[in-house]
Amino acid sequence: MQFEILNVRFVKTACLAVLAGALATGCATRGQAFDYTAFKQSNPASILVLPPINSSPDVAATYSMLSQVTLPLAESGYYVFPVSLVDETFRQNGLSNPPEMHEVKLQKLREIFGADAALYITIKQYGTSYTVIASESRVTAEARLIDLRSEKVLWKGEATASSAEGRNSNGGLVGLLVQAVISQIVESASNRSHPIAGIASYRLLAAGMPNGMLYGPRSPKYKTDGNAQP
Amino acid sequence: MLTRLSFVGALVLSGCATKPQPLYYWGDYQPQVYGHFTKDTGPQEQIESLEAGLEKARASGKPVPPGYLAHLGILHAELQRPDEMRKYFEAEKTQYPESTAYIDFLLRKYKQAK
Repeated sequence: MQFEILNVRFVKTACLAVLAGALATGCATRGQAFDYTAFKQSNPASILVLPPINSSPDVAATYSMLSQVTLPLAESGYYVFPVSLVDETFRQNGLSNPPEMHEVKLQKLREIFGADAALYITIKQYGTSYTVIASESRVTAEARLIDLRSEKVLWKGEATASSAEGRNSNGGLVGLLVQAVISQIVESASNRSHPIAGIASYRLLAAGMPNGMLYGPRSPKYKTDGNAQP
Repeated sequence: MLTRLSFVGALVLSGCATKPQPLYYWGDYQPQVYGHFTKDTGPQEQIESLEAGLEKARASGKPVPPGYLAHLGILHAELQRPDEMRKYFEAEKTQYPESTAYIDFLLRKYKQAK
Protein backbone atom coordinates (compact mmCIF):
# COMPACT_ATOMS: atom_id res chain seq x y z
CA MET A 1 0.00 0.00 0.00
CA GLN A 2 2.82 2.36 0.86
CA PHE A 3 4.09 1.96 -2.67
CA GLU A 4 0.91 3.28 -4.17
CA ILE A 5 1.24 6.35 -2.06
CA LEU A 6 4.76 6.72 -3.26
CA ASN A 7 3.67 6.38 -6.86
CA VAL A 8 0.72 8.69 -6.73
CA ARG A 9 2.88 11.23 -5.05
CA PHE A 10 5.87 10.60 -7.20
CA VAL A 11 5.76 13.84 -9.10
CA LYS A 12 5.34 15.77 -5.90
CA THR A 13 8.01 13.77 -4.13
CA ALA A 14 10.30 14.10 -7.10
CA CYS A 15 9.86 17.84 -7.13
CA LEU A 16 10.53 18.00 -3.44
CA ALA A 17 13.55 15.79 -3.88
CA VAL A 18 14.80 18.17 -6.53
CA LEU A 19 14.27 21.07 -4.15
CA ALA A 20 15.90 19.33 -1.30
CA GLY A 21 18.69 18.16 -3.58
CA ALA A 22 19.25 21.70 -4.73
CA LEU A 23 19.19 22.92 -1.17
CA ALA A 24 21.47 20.21 0.09
CA THR A 25 24.09 20.30 -2.63
CA GLY A 26 23.61 23.64 -4.38
CA CYS A 27 25.65 25.66 -1.92
CA ALA A 28 28.06 23.03 -0.72
CA THR A 29 29.47 22.18 -4.13
CA ARG A 30 29.54 25.74 -5.44
CA GLY A 31 32.60 26.41 -7.55
CA GLN A 32 33.60 22.77 -8.03
CA ALA A 33 31.84 21.77 -11.19
CA PHE A 34 32.16 18.13 -12.21
CA ASP A 35 34.24 17.56 -15.34
CA TYR A 36 31.86 15.99 -17.84
CA THR A 37 34.39 15.66 -20.69
CA ALA A 38 34.60 11.87 -20.52
CA PHE A 39 30.84 11.55 -20.00
CA LYS A 40 30.04 13.59 -23.10
CA GLN A 41 32.65 11.79 -25.17
CA SER A 42 31.25 8.42 -24.17
CA ASN A 43 27.65 9.54 -24.68
CA PRO A 44 26.10 6.40 -23.12
CA ALA A 45 22.55 5.37 -24.07
CA SER A 46 22.18 2.22 -21.98
CA ILE A 47 23.11 1.60 -18.36
CA LEU A 48 23.64 -1.68 -16.58
CA VAL A 49 23.02 -1.23 -12.86
CA LEU A 50 24.79 -3.90 -10.82
CA PRO A 51 23.17 -5.00 -7.56
CA PRO A 52 24.50 -2.48 -5.01
CA ILE A 53 27.13 -3.44 -2.44
CA ASN A 54 25.69 -2.99 1.02
CA SER A 55 27.98 -1.81 3.77
CA SER A 56 25.11 -1.13 6.18
CA PRO A 57 23.97 -3.73 8.73
CA ASP A 58 20.49 -4.04 7.15
CA VAL A 59 20.36 -6.97 4.70
CA ALA A 60 17.33 -5.44 2.94
CA ALA A 61 19.40 -2.55 1.58
CA THR A 62 20.70 -4.05 -1.69
CA TYR A 63 17.36 -5.01 -3.20
CA SER A 64 15.47 -2.09 -1.71
CA MET A 65 17.83 0.20 -3.59
CA LEU A 66 18.11 -1.93 -6.74
CA SER A 67 14.34 -2.00 -7.18
CA GLN A 68 14.26 1.81 -7.19
CA VAL A 69 17.13 2.78 -9.50
CA THR A 70 15.28 2.34 -12.79
CA LEU A 71 12.93 5.30 -12.44
CA PRO A 72 15.42 8.15 -12.03
CA LEU A 73 17.75 6.80 -14.74
CA ALA A 74 14.99 5.98 -17.25
CA GLU A 75 13.23 9.31 -16.70
CA SER A 76 16.61 10.95 -17.33
CA GLY A 77 16.67 9.36 -20.77
CA TYR A 78 18.60 6.08 -20.43
CA TYR A 79 17.78 2.51 -21.23
CA VAL A 80 18.15 0.65 -17.95
CA PHE A 81 18.68 -3.10 -18.14
CA PRO A 82 15.90 -5.05 -16.39
CA VAL A 83 17.21 -5.22 -12.82
CA SER A 84 15.49 -8.51 -11.97
CA LEU A 85 16.94 -10.30 -15.00
CA VAL A 86 20.39 -8.83 -14.49
CA ASP A 87 20.46 -10.11 -10.91
CA GLU A 88 19.27 -13.52 -12.11
CA THR A 89 21.94 -13.65 -14.81
CA PHE A 90 24.69 -13.07 -12.24
CA ARG A 91 23.23 -15.76 -9.99
CA GLN A 92 22.99 -18.29 -12.78
CA ASN A 93 26.67 -17.67 -13.39
CA GLY A 94 27.47 -18.58 -9.82
CA LEU A 95 27.75 -15.07 -8.40
CA SER A 96 25.37 -14.66 -5.52
CA ASN A 97 26.56 -11.54 -3.76
CA PRO A 98 27.14 -7.98 -4.97
CA PRO A 99 30.87 -7.73 -4.11
CA GLU A 100 31.53 -10.74 -6.40
CA MET A 101 29.31 -9.23 -9.11
CA HIS A 102 31.26 -5.96 -8.92
CA GLU A 103 34.47 -7.91 -9.63
CA VAL A 104 33.32 -9.14 -13.05
CA LYS A 105 35.54 -7.84 -15.86
CA LEU A 106 34.09 -4.91 -17.78
CA GLN A 107 34.70 -6.63 -21.08
CA LYS A 108 32.64 -9.61 -19.91
CA LEU A 109 29.75 -7.32 -18.90
CA ARG A 110 29.93 -5.69 -22.29
CA GLU A 111 29.80 -9.09 -24.03
CA ILE A 112 26.80 -10.39 -22.11
CA PHE A 113 24.68 -7.26 -21.74
CA GLY A 114 25.82 -5.09 -24.63
CA ALA A 115 25.55 -2.09 -22.31
CA ASP A 116 27.32 1.21 -22.94
CA ALA A 117 28.04 1.84 -19.27
CA ALA A 118 27.82 0.12 -15.90
CA LEU A 119 26.71 1.75 -12.66
CA TYR A 120 28.34 0.58 -9.43
CA ILE A 121 26.49 1.58 -6.27
CA THR A 122 27.62 1.20 -2.68
CA ILE A 123 25.13 1.75 0.11
CA LYS A 124 26.92 3.37 3.02
CA GLN A 125 23.98 3.85 5.34
CA TYR A 126 20.58 2.18 5.38
CA GLY A 127 18.32 1.84 8.37
CA THR A 128 16.16 3.27 11.05
CA SER A 129 17.50 4.37 14.39
CA TYR A 130 15.07 4.72 17.24
CA THR A 131 15.53 7.17 20.07
CA VAL A 132 13.23 8.14 22.90
CA ILE A 133 12.11 11.26 21.11
CA ALA A 134 11.88 10.19 17.49
CA SER A 135 13.04 7.68 14.95
CA GLU A 136 15.09 8.45 11.90
CA SER A 137 15.45 6.44 8.70
CA ARG A 138 18.52 7.38 6.72
CA VAL A 139 19.95 6.11 3.45
CA THR A 140 23.27 7.18 1.93
CA ALA A 141 24.67 5.76 -1.27
CA GLU A 142 27.47 6.50 -3.67
CA ALA A 143 27.72 5.57 -7.33
CA ARG A 144 30.26 5.36 -10.14
CA LEU A 145 29.36 5.20 -13.83
CA ILE A 146 31.97 3.36 -15.91
CA ASP A 147 32.21 3.22 -19.69
CA LEU A 148 32.28 -0.45 -20.72
CA ARG A 149 34.41 0.18 -23.81
CA SER A 150 36.99 2.74 -22.72
CA GLU A 151 36.74 1.63 -19.05
CA LYS A 152 36.85 5.31 -18.02
CA VAL A 153 34.98 6.70 -15.02
CA LEU A 154 32.28 8.91 -16.55
CA TRP A 155 30.67 10.21 -13.40
CA LYS A 156 30.50 9.68 -9.68
CA GLY A 157 28.25 11.02 -6.98
CA GLU A 158 26.80 10.52 -3.55
CA ALA A 159 23.42 11.28 -2.01
CA THR A 160 21.60 11.00 1.29
CA ALA A 161 17.97 11.06 2.29
CA SER A 162 16.58 11.10 5.78
CA SER A 163 13.12 10.96 7.30
CA ALA A 164 14.27 13.63 9.74
CA GLU A 165 14.83 16.21 7.02
CA GLY A 166 13.24 19.48 7.91
CA ARG A 167 12.51 18.35 11.43
CA ASN A 168 15.28 20.54 12.74
CA SER A 169 13.85 23.91 11.85
CA ASN A 170 16.65 25.23 9.59
CA GLY A 171 14.98 23.55 6.61
CA GLY A 172 12.47 26.39 6.46
CA LEU A 173 9.33 26.06 4.38
CA VAL A 174 10.85 23.58 1.95
CA GLY A 175 12.03 21.47 4.85
CA LEU A 176 8.52 21.39 6.24
CA LEU A 177 7.11 20.31 2.92
CA VAL A 178 9.65 17.52 2.58
CA GLN A 179 8.91 16.43 6.11
CA ALA A 180 5.16 16.34 5.47
CA VAL A 181 5.53 14.08 2.46
CA ILE A 182 8.10 11.85 4.07
CA SER A 183 6.17 11.23 7.28
CA GLN A 184 3.06 10.45 5.28
CA ILE A 185 4.95 7.81 3.33
CA VAL A 186 6.89 6.47 6.26
CA GLU A 187 4.03 6.06 8.67
CA SER A 188 2.32 3.54 6.42
CA ALA A 189 5.42 1.52 5.56
CA SER A 190 6.62 -1.70 7.11
CA ASN A 191 10.21 -1.20 6.00
CA ARG A 192 10.57 2.44 6.92
CA SER A 193 13.86 2.82 5.11
CA HIS A 194 12.50 1.65 1.74
CA PRO A 195 10.78 4.89 0.69
CA ILE A 196 13.77 6.84 1.99
CA ALA A 197 15.98 4.70 -0.28
CA GLY A 198 13.69 5.73 -3.16
CA ILE A 199 14.35 9.39 -2.42
CA ALA A 200 18.10 8.79 -2.03
CA SER A 201 18.12 6.91 -5.33
CA TYR A 202 16.32 9.79 -7.03
CA ARG A 203 18.74 12.36 -5.65
CA LEU A 204 21.70 10.22 -6.60
CA LEU A 205 20.70 9.28 -10.14
CA ALA A 206 18.23 11.76 -11.62
CA ALA A 207 19.76 14.12 -14.17
CA GLY A 208 19.53 17.84 -13.61
CA MET A 209 21.02 17.85 -10.10
CA PRO A 210 24.14 19.91 -9.40
CA ASN A 211 27.10 17.74 -10.42
CA GLY A 212 24.61 14.95 -11.12
CA MET A 213 24.07 12.62 -14.04
CA LEU A 214 23.56 14.16 -17.48
CA TYR A 215 20.40 13.59 -19.50
CA GLY A 216 20.46 10.61 -21.84
CA PRO A 217 19.32 10.19 -25.46
CA ARG A 218 15.70 9.31 -24.65
CA SER A 219 15.11 12.55 -22.72
CA PRO A 220 13.83 15.73 -24.37
CA LYS A 221 16.51 17.51 -22.32
CA TYR A 222 19.31 15.44 -23.88
CA LYS A 223 22.41 17.55 -24.55
CA THR A 224 21.02 20.58 -22.74
CA ASP A 225 23.17 20.14 -19.66
CA GLY A 226 26.71 19.59 -18.41
CA ASN A 227 27.82 22.95 -19.92
CA ALA A 228 27.25 21.57 -23.39
CA GLN A 229 29.01 23.54 -26.07
CA PRO A 230 26.66 25.73 -28.08
CA MET B 1 23.54 34.92 0.97
CA LEU B 2 20.49 36.59 -0.52
CA THR B 3 21.71 35.93 -4.04
CA ARG B 4 22.31 32.34 -3.20
CA LEU B 5 18.86 31.99 -1.72
CA SER B 6 17.22 33.51 -4.75
CA PHE B 7 19.25 31.16 -6.95
CA VAL B 8 17.86 28.24 -5.01
CA GLY B 9 14.45 29.88 -5.17
CA ALA B 10 14.70 30.05 -8.94
CA LEU B 11 15.65 26.39 -9.09
CA VAL B 12 12.74 25.57 -6.85
CA LEU B 13 10.31 27.52 -8.99
CA SER B 14 11.58 26.28 -12.33
CA GLY B 15 11.67 22.73 -10.96
CA CYS B 16 8.04 22.57 -10.07
CA ALA B 17 6.37 25.27 -12.13
CA THR B 18 7.15 23.55 -15.42
CA LYS B 19 5.81 20.22 -14.09
CA PRO B 20 7.95 17.91 -16.21
CA GLN B 21 5.83 15.13 -17.60
CA PRO B 22 7.15 11.65 -16.89
CA LEU B 23 8.38 9.84 -19.99
CA TYR B 24 6.82 6.54 -18.94
CA TYR B 25 3.79 4.94 -17.36
CA TRP B 26 5.34 3.38 -14.24
CA GLY B 27 2.28 1.89 -12.58
CA ASP B 28 3.43 -0.65 -10.03
CA TYR B 29 6.63 -1.68 -11.81
CA GLN B 30 9.15 -0.80 -9.13
CA PRO B 31 7.04 -2.03 -6.17
CA GLN B 32 6.40 -5.32 -8.01
CA VAL B 33 10.12 -5.74 -8.69
CA TYR B 34 10.80 -5.11 -5.01
CA GLY B 35 8.21 -7.77 -4.10
CA HIS B 36 9.92 -10.09 -6.59
CA PHE B 37 13.30 -9.60 -4.91
CA THR B 38 11.96 -10.00 -1.37
CA LYS B 39 9.74 -12.92 -2.51
CA ASP B 40 6.77 -11.25 -0.83
CA THR B 41 4.94 -11.32 -4.15
CA GLY B 42 4.70 -14.45 -6.28
CA PRO B 43 4.98 -14.49 -10.08
CA GLN B 44 1.24 -14.88 -10.73
CA GLU B 45 0.39 -11.92 -8.51
CA GLN B 46 3.05 -9.77 -10.21
CA ILE B 47 1.82 -10.79 -13.67
CA GLU B 48 -1.75 -9.80 -12.82
CA SER B 49 -0.67 -6.40 -11.58
CA LEU B 50 1.76 -5.69 -14.41
CA GLU B 51 -0.50 -6.93 -17.22
CA ALA B 52 -3.31 -4.76 -15.85
CA GLY B 53 -0.75 -1.97 -15.93
CA LEU B 54 -0.20 -2.51 -19.65
CA GLU B 55 -3.84 -1.59 -20.25
CA LYS B 56 -3.52 1.51 -18.13
CA ALA B 57 -0.33 2.50 -19.94
CA ARG B 58 -2.14 2.19 -23.27
CA ALA B 59 -4.97 4.35 -21.94
CA SER B 60 -2.50 6.95 -20.67
CA GLY B 61 -0.73 7.09 -24.02
CA LYS B 62 2.66 6.55 -22.39
CA PRO B 63 5.03 3.64 -22.98
CA VAL B 64 6.01 1.29 -20.17
CA PRO B 65 9.54 1.89 -18.87
CA PRO B 66 12.70 -0.07 -19.69
CA GLY B 67 12.61 -3.55 -18.16
CA TYR B 68 8.83 -3.71 -17.64
CA LEU B 69 8.17 -6.14 -20.51
CA ALA B 70 11.33 -8.17 -19.89
CA HIS B 71 10.35 -8.58 -16.24
CA LEU B 72 6.96 -9.91 -17.37
CA GLY B 73 8.92 -12.32 -19.55
CA ILE B 74 10.91 -13.75 -16.67
CA LEU B 75 7.74 -14.10 -14.56
CA HIS B 76 6.10 -16.19 -17.28
CA ALA B 77 9.30 -18.24 -17.55
CA GLU B 78 9.02 -19.03 -13.85
CA LEU B 79 5.54 -20.38 -14.51
CA GLN B 80 6.83 -22.55 -17.40
CA ARG B 81 5.18 -20.53 -20.15
CA PRO B 82 7.95 -20.21 -22.74
CA ASP B 83 5.72 -18.72 -25.44
CA GLU B 84 4.64 -15.88 -23.19
CA MET B 85 8.22 -15.40 -22.07
CA ARG B 86 9.43 -15.13 -25.65
CA LYS B 87 6.60 -12.75 -26.52
CA TYR B 88 7.55 -10.32 -23.77
CA PHE B 89 11.29 -10.60 -24.40
CA GLU B 90 10.72 -9.78 -28.07
CA ALA B 91 8.46 -6.89 -27.06
CA GLU B 92 11.21 -5.46 -24.84
CA LYS B 93 13.61 -5.71 -27.77
CA THR B 94 11.20 -4.00 -30.15
CA GLN B 95 10.46 -1.17 -27.78
CA TYR B 96 14.09 -0.82 -26.64
CA PRO B 97 16.63 -1.92 -29.26
CA GLU B 98 19.36 -1.16 -26.67
CA SER B 99 18.38 -4.50 -25.08
CA THR B 100 18.92 -6.57 -28.23
CA ALA B 101 22.28 -8.17 -27.36
CA TYR B 102 21.16 -9.11 -23.85
CA ILE B 103 17.74 -10.45 -24.84
CA ASP B 104 19.34 -12.53 -27.59
CA PHE B 105 21.83 -13.85 -25.03
CA LEU B 106 18.92 -14.86 -22.75
CA LEU B 107 17.02 -16.54 -25.57
CA ARG B 108 20.15 -18.50 -26.59
CA LYS B 109 20.68 -19.62 -22.98
CA TYR B 110 17.07 -20.67 -22.78
CA LYS B 111 17.38 -22.76 -25.95
CA GLN B 112 20.54 -24.44 -24.63
CA ALA B 113 18.92 -25.23 -21.30
CA LYS B 114 15.97 -26.96 -22.96
